[in-house]
Amino acid sequence: MSHSNHQDSHAHTGYGSYVIGFVLSVILTVIPFWLVMEGVLDKSATLWIAVIFAVVQIVVHLKYFLHLTMTNDEGKANTLTFLFTALIIVLVVGLSVWIIYASNAMMMH
Amino acid sequence: MMTSMSIPHGQHDDHSHDHAHHDTSGTTLFGFWLYLMTDCVLFASVFATYAVVFMNTAGGPSGHDIFELDYVLVETFALLFSSITYGFAMISAHQQKQSATLLWLVVTFALGAVFIGMEVNEFHHLIEEGFGPQRSAFLSGFFTLVGMHGLHVTAGLIWMAVMMLEVLNKGLGQRTVTRIGCLSLFWHFLDVVWICVFTVVYLMGAAV
Repeated sequence: MSHSNHQDSHAHTGYGSYVIGFVLSVILTVIPFWLVMEGVLDKSATLWIAVIFAVVQIVVHLKYFLHLTMTNDEGKANTLTFLFTALIIVLVVGLSVWIIYASNAMMMH
Repeated sequence: MMTSMSIPHGQHDDHSHDHAHHDTSGTTLFGFWLYLMTDCVLFASVFATYAVVFMNTAGGPSGHDIFELDYVLVETFALLFSSITYGFAMISAHQQKQSATLLWLVVTFALGAVFIGMEVNEFHHLIEEGFGPQRSAFLSGFFTLVGMHGLHVTAGLIWMAVMMLEVLNKGLGQRTVTRIGCLSLFWHFLDVVWICVFTVVYLMGAAV
């Protein structure tokens, strides 16, 4: 269609991108749920796998559903603002948890 | 508002306006993306709060006592299915297929409603058993975090209902497609937040 614009890549992404993202997401969801529900591994191994699978699934969603890309200028702007936000999130969550649990441990001793 | 917007498929006879709209829609989508990034920071603060308080159960139940993972798995799949059906709505909108867009939006809306219905039901059961947000710091954090995600999904459903009416009445003009694009970012973003919720709250809470 002559109307099709290139404001984003959605028009050219097609069904395949969503189907691939969906299948990967199903796998990355079912495995950690199964591990926790069945208690196959010990607790720390289960938690680490759950976190790693969540991070991978977030990347899958960003790539196949939100179409983040580094191949054009608009994609780069989106991706870089996301990476900056991810840094802020790591600081907010990581430092909060670190400070509070460290001070808790100090007060217990 | 361009007059073409009131005519379904109005862009066919309105090519002269395409360029101007093209520039605006790119800016609009980027601006909406920036809003979502600030929303990420809001969610991060609430996640940090939950991570700090979740062990403080004040003699009440812990996550392991109250979470039903098979129930949460069904909720997760409702939201995941709604992400792919929204993707199909987005493709149909770009292809100017009005009835297909509407159909996929209706399917997405139904899946989102299933998710919210299940969440309200879960909250209702917890409160009935005396495990409301006032019971412990853990439950306050739980209701705040999961409830905030639920409110976002509810807002997304209201927005989606408005978009269905707009597509029905005005067709798929450039502005409408841009709005559907913004809602697409919002909807997929909420699914990403849900990955963090089910991992941090439910899986970590239920693991023994």
